[in-house]
Amino acid sequence: MNRRLLLALGIVGTVGLSVGPFFWFLLTSFKSQAEIEAVPPTWWPSGGLSFYRSVLFDHHLFDYVANSIVVAGSTTLLALLIAIPAAYALARLAIPGKQGILAVLLCVSMFPQMAIAGPVWRLLDGIGGLNHRWGVVLPYVALTLPLAIWILASFFKELPFELEDAARVDGCGPWGTLLRITLPLAAPGIFTAAILILIYAWNEFFFALLILTQPEQQTLPVGIALFQGEFTMPWGELAAASVVATLPLIVVVLLCQRWIVSGLSAGAVKG
Amino acid sequence: MRLPSLVARHRESLAAWTMVAPALVVTLIFALYPVLDSFWLSLHHIFVGIPSLGRSFIGLENYFNLLRDPVAHQALFITLAFVALSTVLEVACGLGIALVIHERFRGRDFVRAAILIPWAIPTVVASQLWRYIFNDQYGVANLLLFNDRVAAYIPWLAYPIVAFGIIVLADVWKTSCFAALLILAGLQVISDDLYDAAKVDGAGAWQRFWHITLPLLKPALLLALLFRTMDAFRVFDLVFVMTQGGPGDATQVLQFYGYQTLFTEGRLGYGSAISVAVFLMILGLSLIYLRAIGSSLLERRRA
Repeated sequence: MNRRLLLALGIVGTVGLSVGPFFWFLLTSFKSQAEIEAVPPTWWPSGGLSFYRSVLFDHHLFDYVANSIVVAGSTTLLALLIAIPAAYALARLAIPGKQGILAVLLCVSMFPQMAIAGPVWRLLDGIGGLNHRWGVVLPYVALTLPLAIWILASFFKELPFELEDAARVDGCGPWGTLLRITLPLAAPGIFTAAILILIYAWNEFFFALLILTQPEQQTLPVGIALFQGEFTMPWGELAAASVVATLPLIVVVLLCQRWIVSGLSAGAVKG
Repeated sequence: MRLPSLVARHRESLAAWTMVAPALVVTLIFALYPVLDSFWLSLHHIFVGIPSLGRSFIGLENYFNLLRDPVAHQALFITLAFVALSTVLEVACGLGIALVIHERFRGRDFVRAAILIPWAIPTVVASQLWRYIFNDQYGVANLLLFNDRVAAYIPWLAYPIVAFGIIVLADVWKTSCFAALLILAGLQVISDDLYDAAKVDGAGAWQRFWHITLPLLKPALLLALLFRTMDAFRVFDLVFVMTQGGPGDATQVLQFYGYQTLFTEGRLGYGSAISVAVFLMILGLSLIYLRAIGSSLLERRRA
């Protein structure tokens, strides 16, 4: 009995602490300005959409959402396109220096953004990538490749050899085997990698702040970080924008919990 | 059919290289070259925006200045304090969460999804959220503590130590579940037989945790500590949004100081020296950790 009580407390505690703080933002987003500024603040909103209206129409939230979708979407596609063949080769084919390549990738995933910020900025300045959405996609792809390759390689390694061998016998080259046999089988792994890249690119702030200085190009995190009112901090609008930025992620997490859990721990146990 | 002819093998290694090449090229251009370039820039005196000053080679002077820079000392101290405090708390909380979600109960999938929410939220949003929670007038922290005794409301983020504590709290809230997932993966590979045998021998729950779970969990705990340390060293978003390094220099961390030096002040050479210093510290730390993890994996294999 004691143990079950402890477990129940643990469950309620972890769920409450995980969801509670954001719930306060959710409540705030449905309040009115008067309810936010009341002394002391009101707990429950009377329910209004004024902040959503204001943030959508006066603060161009849709532009930020569109930029975030473009950036996160292209990062995911590009990173997968590059990571899938690389992971397949590293997991399945004979490559000299395989361990070295994997070690370098692991190192890169630990780089502090600061260590490459200045040169990346100069590089993008040189090729005209500053203040373009593609300018931020390039470093994102480079920084998500290590994680993607590690996850995909660990999935590829688990697949049975037999089908691929059969394909080889039938005259399929390495590319043909990857595209026709391995790829369909590894769909769950690819899906996992895609979700993690998508979340990274949707949330990244540091490089977006450096590279996208015009509001027309900025992604949601930059918009939310630099959000300011004329006289006071517009908490209601900020809460509404935060809910819009976070809602897609919550949906993804609720639907894809299993894949995320397996993806985050993939490199860890088997590595 | 594991004896491919020489031609086939040649074709395979060619295909393998074309498969890896794009990943290597991107990594080379946007990760490895920039690190080397940072080091090269750090040996110069360069200002962004004043090209007329040119770039003069000054050797290690930026590094000597860095050693004498009081703000850099403060930033290093704050960063190390932040790393130590947040990682220990995160691994401890992560262990707690992992033990809960490892149990079998109805609705476990829902609980697992719920704890992922802080991890999935953009750090910028989490920063604004905690800034609002600890707001002096509208925050829920004051509301919970003092309700309508408005005179007692505390301007939390105005006190240096408290502001630092709130940044640690926000980081622990956001990332403990990541540590929990790594630890959960470690829990799942511990065989139930061990616990059953210990029960037969009369070991209590606490003894089983102390003598079976913790020792076998050591690699997973170290791994969680490694990942969290690397990540905590890079703390930036929280500081940028919540405190901008203040009040005073109470939350001035290395990445934020480097950002200010590089991009607000445009001191490309000196800022690069800070970047390289941070990079070398992280490299050193990860080597120490990897050593510890490697040896603990070996121990497990021998046992």
